[in-house]
Amino acid sequence: MELFQAITNMTAVSFAQHMVNGISLGSLYALIAIGYTMVYGILLMINFAHADIVMMACYFALFGITTFHIPWYLTFILTIAATALLGVIIERSAYRPLRDAPKNSVLISAIGASFLLENLANYLFSGRPLHFPDIPFLSSMIDLNGIQVQAICLFIPVVTLACLFLLLHIVNHTKTGMAMRAVSKDYEIARVMGVNIDNIISITFAIGSALAAIGAIMWGIRYPGITPYLGVMPGLKCFIAAVVGGIGNIKGAVIGGFILGLGEILIVAFFPQFSGYRDAFAFIMLLLILFYKPTGLLGEKMTEKV
Amino acid sequence: MLKVRDLVVAYGGIEALKGISVDVPDGQIVTLIGANGAGKSTLLRTIMGLVKPRSGSVEYNEENIKDLNSQHIVSRGITLVPEGRRVFPNLTVLENLRIGAYLRKDEEGIAKDIKRIYELFPRLEERNWQMAGTLSGGEQQMLALGRALMSRPKLIMMDEPSLGLAPLVIKDIFNIIRRINESGTTVLLVEQNANMALKVAHHAYVLETGRIKTEGSGRELLENEEIKEAYLGKKKK
Ligand SMILES: Nc1ncnc2c1ncn2[C@@H]1O[C@H](COP(=O)(O)OP(=O)(O)O)[C@@H](O)[C@H]1O
Ligand SMILES: [Mg+2]
Repeated sequence: MELFQAITNMTAVSFAQHMVNGISLGSLYALIAIGYTMVYGILLMINFAHADIVMMACYFALFGITTFHIPWYLTFILTIAATALLGVIIERSAYRPLRDAPKNSVLISAIGASFLLENLANYLFSGRPLHFPDIPFLSSMIDLNGIQVQAICLFIPVVTLACLFLLLHIVNHTKTGMAMRAVSKDYEIARVMGVNIDNIISITFAIGSALAAIGAIMWGIRYPGITPYLGVMPGLKCFIAAVVGGIGNIKGAVIGGFILGLGEILIVAFFPQFSGYRDAFAFIMLLLILFYKPTGLLGEKMTEKV
Repeated sequence: MLKVRDLVVAYGGIEALKGISVDVPDGQIVTLIGANGAGKSTLLRTIMGLVKPRSGSVEYNEENIKDLNSQHIVSRGITLVPEGRRVFPNLTVLENLRIGAYLRKDEEGIAKDIKRIYELFPRLEERNWQMAGTLSGGEQQMLALGRALMSRPKLIMMDEPSLGLAPLVIKDIFNIIRRINESGTTVLLVEQNANMALKVAHHAYVLETGRIKTEGSGRELLENEEIKEAYLGKKKK
């Protein structure tokens, strides 16, 4: 009854408004969730530093434009490249030396890498929020038949889907993608085939981090207060999105991201009295999925790596 | 072609191979038989560079390959059909063959070899687009063989290819092994199924808890009373 009332109280315009917000937030979650799921697929570990890679990418873009006065489009390209490199460096220094160590050691190292990045950012950039620069057109509000949207919201889902299709093409139809899938099932035999495991893992981190950078740039335009801890909450939700979709599954991560983003926005829209609990939505979804379908929506049965 | 000398391999403190020497001459089928846990897989995995030996040497065409990593060992023409087949279940049959040719660049040659393997195993061609995980055990073994052949190996090592297969399928597999060898590929075959393995072998070794116990031609070992009793399941009269 309450739901019915809430819906009827809402005009078509404001509903459309919430949908736009939800879809763009969901798209951003999806882009970041892909990174978690790809790394998990290949290393069977949660890359806790992924959230902080998102944060670092925001700062890269911010300083590129404000401090170094590089044109914004060029800054975005450099940010994506630098973030991909950062992901590879983290893998090489924090995870690769522990390749044969127990999984728990790698997890601890991942938490360490995450703390290191947060504290480094805090030290270098201060904990005070910095304002992500306004980007011509993308940051401005436009009016679509009475719906007020930031222009970037129209691009976010398009960019996300384009990234998804490109990624699926790489994974399913290229030699490198084939090697990635092989490595994710059986390191040792992939080696026997002549695959250089370390290269494939580096490529995985580079791709996941590049997508995180694309997400981070759009995040910065949308939510321009940049702090060293900005990655923490979205990172947690994106990891949950990956679990909800079925960890290790790229399409699943995207679906999970959309569910979480849309759900979070729509709950607040329909039940404003619950808006204090918006962050709880992701955790409720996590509990539900762990209870009813522990392998996630698109997840397959877990097979232990031999 | 391949000379293993005084190879010692240990897992932690426990020696799985206690100093063994094995020769695989060019063009032959050499068989290694031994009970479960004797160290057969350890030998093949060490030659392949997956396990590093404590001491001893592995020489391949006069080159010491002991310290090379697997990638470089494959590129020299050695490959392994692993115990338990281990095809990539999440790759299609065709992709499993393609990944066998991972280090090759000659697209035309690869296409030709895929055709050749499909002629050898028509069952695989019918399942071209199927995920390898959905194949039967025998089909997976054929795929594992085909995948290994895709690297155009000079030496192919097989770890218990008959394990868990029906007698008719085992017969097929051994026929194929003979054909692979006749086409010029050297074979190092590890088996618990001693009877079949000794029949195809030019030369054979018996491995017992990390040491070579006996060696001889396949026929000699087939007629050796002790071996008959221990590995062929025949009682001494
Ligand atoms: N990864 C490993 N870690 C520790 N011990 C191992 C490992 N692999 C094999 N072993 C031990 O080494 C010995 C030889 O094993 P293996 O080479 O697999 O024998 P086989 O292939 O003849 O059955 C066995 O005692 C086995 O328990
Ligand atoms: Mg074995």
